[in-house]
Amino acid sequence: MNPKRKQRLVIVLGALAAVALATGLMMYAMEENINLFYTPSQVVAGEAPLEKRIRVGGLVVVGSLQRGDGLSVTFDITDNAQTMRVRYSGILPDLFREGQGIIANGRLVEQNLVEAEEVLAKHDENYMPPEVKHAIEQAGHPKKTE
Amino acid sequence: MFATIKRLYHQFGSPRYFYDMTGKMLPWLIAGAVLLIIPGIVWGLAFAPPDYLQGNSYRIMYIHVPAASLAMGAYVMMAVAGVVVLVWRMKMAEMVARSIAPIGASFAFLCLITGAIWGKPTWGTWWVWDARLTSMLILLFLYIGVMALNMAIENAQSAARATAVLSIVGAVNIPIIKYSVEWWNTLHQPASISMTSSSMATEMLIPLLLCIFGFYFLFAVLLIMATRCEILQREQRSNWVRQLVENN
Repeated sequence: MNPKRKQRLVIVLGALAAVALATGLMMYAMEENINLFYTPSQVVAGEAPLEKRIRVGGLVVVGSLQRGDGLSVTFDITDNAQTMRVRYSGILPDLFREGQGIIANGRLVEQNLVEAEEVLAKHDENYMPPEVKHAIEQAGHPKKTE
Repeated sequence: MFATIKRLYHQFGSPRYFYDMTGKMLPWLIAGAVLLIIPGIVWGLAFAPPDYLQGNSYRIMYIHVPAASLAMGAYVMMAVAGVVVLVWRMKMAEMVARSIAPIGASFAFLCLITGAIWGKPTWGTWWVWDARLTSMLILLFLYIGVMALNMAIENAQSAARATAVLSIVGAVNIPIIKYSVEWWNTLHQPASISMTSSSMATEMLIPLLLCIFGFYFLFAVLLIMATRCEILQREQRSNWVRQLVENN
């Protein structure tokens, strides 16, 4: 390669590396803000601010859903390490199921209780026909989550 | 191997050779796109089984996933062309880079729109500012920025060099989009398919793969057509283009 081109190539790649490094540091610094939600472990450990609007995400604990008056519901969410409670009044999304991942958007009123204004269903990366799902349950395997 | 690549690089670096060769390749690429996309879409939309949780709404992925993959792939290609423009000063790379931007922008837009349409019934919202969705929106803005910069600078060569810098800098966004779902908590789910594995039932996966490959052929067709146009415009004063125009 002729020296002129080699020099230009080095400059271009060097600039790209510098930009990548700068972006990487920036993202590292802003990690807290880029995360869309807190996990129950983070909330229970006190990393989430009380009385502020936050988002929490986790799997709905099977058997924890309780319906109150009208549309109000409470349920527990877990990240398989810690569990916390969500209180919500409104229409739950179609994909809301026990065992399914959700994200609740609301105010943290106690160290482990969120008063949600919005509940979003999180979908996982598994796609399968109903028969396959049925067959897996018949065989007694728990649904793969990761 | 390396010698072949080098020879092809030099041959396709000539606008005239590029124009002639791609003219011969075009019908085959169109045939490939039609033969992959039509069966893929029909199979995916009509015959693949519904999902156990989402029912039929998951079928939008037969457009969404190929569009997303291409929007990113096209950007990488544009950035690589940008490096060739800056380092080797190849005219053909300038024309290819310029032609990619609007096509890539269209696929990025298609990806965002289909994603929002799917998000409403599945997540319960059209849009959240999570890392995946936001970085994809930035990709669309980068494409638009590249297009605007191309149009703002009169001289084609200066425009190509300026946009090359922008596309190379923007390439940092591509790994961010790809790994956003692993690095941070996002509403968007992680990837279902990778080079080696898939967490999707086979009868859903095959039509998806057909669509993805088909979309790549479609991209090749669109890119070649746009680049050939660009060649005729940029080379309008050369003898071979004049002859070509006179003979038709």
